[in-house]
Amino acid sequence: MARKISYQQAINEALAQEMRRDSSVFIMGEDVAGGAGAPGENDAWGGVLGVTKGLYDQFPGRVLDTPLSEIGYVGAAVGAATCGVRPVCELMFVDFAGCCLDQILNQAAKFRYMFGGKASTPLVIRTMVGAGLRAAAQHSQMLTSLWTHIPGLKVVCPSSPYDAKGLLIQAIRDNDPVIFCEHKLLYSMQGEVPEELYTIPFGEANFLRDGKDVTLVSYGRMVNTAMDAARSLAGRGIDCEVIDLRTTSPMDEDSILESVEKTGRLVVIDEANPRCSMATDVSALVAQKAFGALKAPIEMVTAPHTPVPFSDSLEDLYIPDAAKIEQAVLNVIEWSKR
Amino acid sequence: MSQIHTLTMPKWGLSMTEGRVDAWLKEEGQAITKGDEVMDVETDKISSSVEAPFSGILRRQIARQDETLAVGALLGIVVEGEASDAEIDAVIEQFQSTFVPGDAADEDSGPKPQKVELDGRVIRYFERGEGGTPLLLVHGFGGDLNGWLFNHEALAAGRRVIALDLPGHGESSKTLQRGDLDELSGVVLGLLDHLDINAVHLVGHSMGGAVSLNAARLMPQRVRSLTLIGSAGLGAQINGSYLEGFVEAANRNALKPALVQLFSNAELVNRQMLDDMLKYKRLEGVDAALRQLSATLFKDGHQQVDLREVVQAGHVPTLVIWGSDDAIIPVAHSEGLSAQVEVLSGQGHMVQMEAAEQVNRLILGFIEQR
Repeated sequence: MARKISYQQAINEALAQEMRRDSSVFIMGEDVAGGAGAPGENDAWGGVLGVTKGLYDQFPGRVLDTPLSEIGYVGAAVGAATCGVRPVCELMFVDFAGCCLDQILNQAAKFRYMFGGKASTPLVIRTMVGAGLRAAAQHSQMLTSLWTHIPGLKVVCPSSPYDAKGLLIQAIRDNDPVIFCEHKLLYSMQGEVPEELYTIPFGEANFLRDGKDVTLVSYGRMVNTAMDAARSLAGRGIDCEVIDLRTTSPMDEDSILESVEKTGRLVVIDEANPRCSMATDVSALVAQKAFGALKAPIEMVTAPHTPVPFSDSLEDLYIPDAAKIEQAVLNVIEWSKR
Repeated sequence: MSQIHTLTMPKWGLSMTEGRVDAWLKEEGQAITKGDEVMDVETDKISSSVEAPFSGILRRQIARQDETLAVGALLGIVVEGEASDAEIDAVIEQFQSTFVPGDAADEDSGPKPQKVELDGRVIRYFERGEGGTPLLLVHGFGGDLNGWLFNHEALAAGRRVIALDLPGHGESSKTLQRGDLDELSGVVLGLLDHLDINAVHLVGHSMGGAVSLNAARLMPQRVRSLTLIGSAGLGAQINGSYLEGFVEAANRNALKPALVQLFSNAELVNRQMLDDMLKYKRLEGVDAALRQLSATLFKDGHQQVDLREVVQAGHVPTLVIWGSDDAIIPVAHSEGLSAQVEVLSGQGHMVQMEAAEQVNRLILGFIEQR
C-alpha cells in the first residue's frame, strides 16, 4: 500500500523526480525559489503556498525567481521551450493570464502548427485555479474553458494527489504546451501516491464510481464534491456513475458517451461560470452524440454568471456544493418518471 | 457443551477497512458447517464470501443486506449446542458495547510489509504469523503480495508466512538483469538468507510456481515442500493471447478482456481491480520488466523452461492445485506428476482467490504432514 501524501507534496515530488531524471527540466516563476533551509529570507518562500518549497536548494541554478512581469517571464519560458529545454513555469494565479495571453495563445499554442510540425514547445504552465480561499474576484477564477478553447494547448485539472503526480510528470514529458490547473483548496488533500515515477496519459477520464442511474461528469475539485453527492444519493437508492475528465483538452468523449448510453441521464458539474464552459461543452457533446439515450434533459451545476464574490457567505453560495448536485440529480430522475 | 460464536467482518488485505453486505447465504435457524459460505461481502477492491470459522446453528443475522460495516463488526451469531435468546442477547450487547471500529491509526499499528535492499534492488515482503517451518508465497506474472489477501492470514494462523514482490512487481524495484527464472529464484533465495531462513515451504502461483520449482532445483536441501498453483514450468502451453493482451493493455477497456480470463467469475474484474492494475502498469519500469519476462519465459506463447523433472525426481514433496477451467495454463499440465494433485472443478487461474478456503485447507493439510 502506497504511503499517503498531500496534493501539494505530490506536485513537489513530481517536479523533484523529473528534475533529477532530466537535466533540461527547470522551474521559473514569481517567488518559486527558496524554502526549507534556503539561506536568509529565501527560507520563507518556495511558492506563494509553498508548493516548490525546497527545490531551490536541491537543484542549484534550476529554480529561477522572476520579476513580477508575466508578459516577460512567460514569454521567456515559451522561447526557452522552443530551444530544447523543458521549463515548468508558474503562473501564480490563473487570473493573471490576462497579462501574458499573447505569449500563450498566439505564440506557444501556434508554433507547432505554423512551422509545419518542425517546432515543438515542451512547456508546462502550472497555475492555481478555483474559488474558496476568500481571495476574491481577481484570484479565484476557474478559467479552464478559456484554455480548452485554444487548439494547440493541452489542459489538465487533477482532482487527487495520485492524479496530480502522474499527470504532472506526463505534462513535463509532453512536447506541447500544457496548462496544469491546480485547485488551491486541494493542496492539503491526502491520498495514496506511489513513491516511484509514473504517468497518466492525457485524454483518459477516470471512473471514480460505477452507477446505473445517472452520469455525473466533472473535473478538478468538483469531482470530490460530486463524489460526496453520489455517496449521499446512494443512501436514497440512486446509483450515480462519477466521471473525472482529468484533462479537458484532450477530452475523453468516449467515456462520457459510453456512460450516458448506459444511464440515460447526465449532470455536469463545473465550478466555472456557466457560459461557454466545460459544462456546456460536455452537454453539447451528449446532446449531439447520445441524444437517443437521454431519458431527461441534461442538468448543469455551475457557478452563476458573476465574478467570484469576496464576502464569505456569498462565496459559499457561489461555489457548487453537494446539495445543489443532489437536487440536480433528483431533477433528472423525477423528470424521467413524468 | 454449548458455545456462542460471534461472526465478524473479515479483513481481506491490508487496505480493507469496511465491507458491504451483499446477501446472506444462510437463513436464521439453519445449520452451518465450518468452511461454509455464509454471506457475500463486497469491498472497494473485491467481492467474496465470508466463510464460517465454526460450525453450529446460525441463530441471528445482525448485519442487514446493503449495510456497510467496519472490519471486525458483528455480522451474526452462531451457536454450537444450546443457548437461550437471553444468553445470545447478552453476548450481542457485550460485543456491541465494547466494539471499536479500526481507524487509520489502527491500520498503522497492524502488521505491515517491509522493504530490504538485496544486491542493489529493493524487495518488498510481508511477514505474518510465527512458528514452524516458514512458508513463502510467490505470486505470478503481473501480480504482487496483495494477491494472497485471502490466503496469507489464514495460512499464518500457526506459522510464519512471508509473501514477497518479485522484482518488476508490486513495490519492489522494477529493474531486471536477465529476466529469467534463475534471477527470480535468486531473489527468493536471497530473501530467505536475509531472513535467516534455512528451510522453507514454497507456495507459488503461475509464474511464481516456476520460480519455486527452479528454487527447489537450485537448492533442494532448503525447500521442505512445494505447492504449485496453476503453475508454469510443467508444460509448454500457455495462453499467449492473454499474455500479449495483458502486456499491451494501456487503458481500462483494453485490460478488462485480458483480466477476465484469469477468473471463473468475470464479475470480480470490477473498475477498482482494473484501476489498481493500471496504476501498477503505469509505474516507471513495469512495462519494460513485463516485456522482458514475457519474452524470456513465455516467448511466442510457449513456456521456455520445463521443470517437471524437479517434481518427478521426488526429492521435494509436491502439492499441485489447479482450476479445472484454467484459461491461462491448461490443467492437463497437472497430469502424470509424482505429486498430490488437486483439481478444483469450475475454477479458473486465480483459484487461490476464488476458492481461497479450499486452497488454504489443502495447503495446511499438505504441509502438516511434512
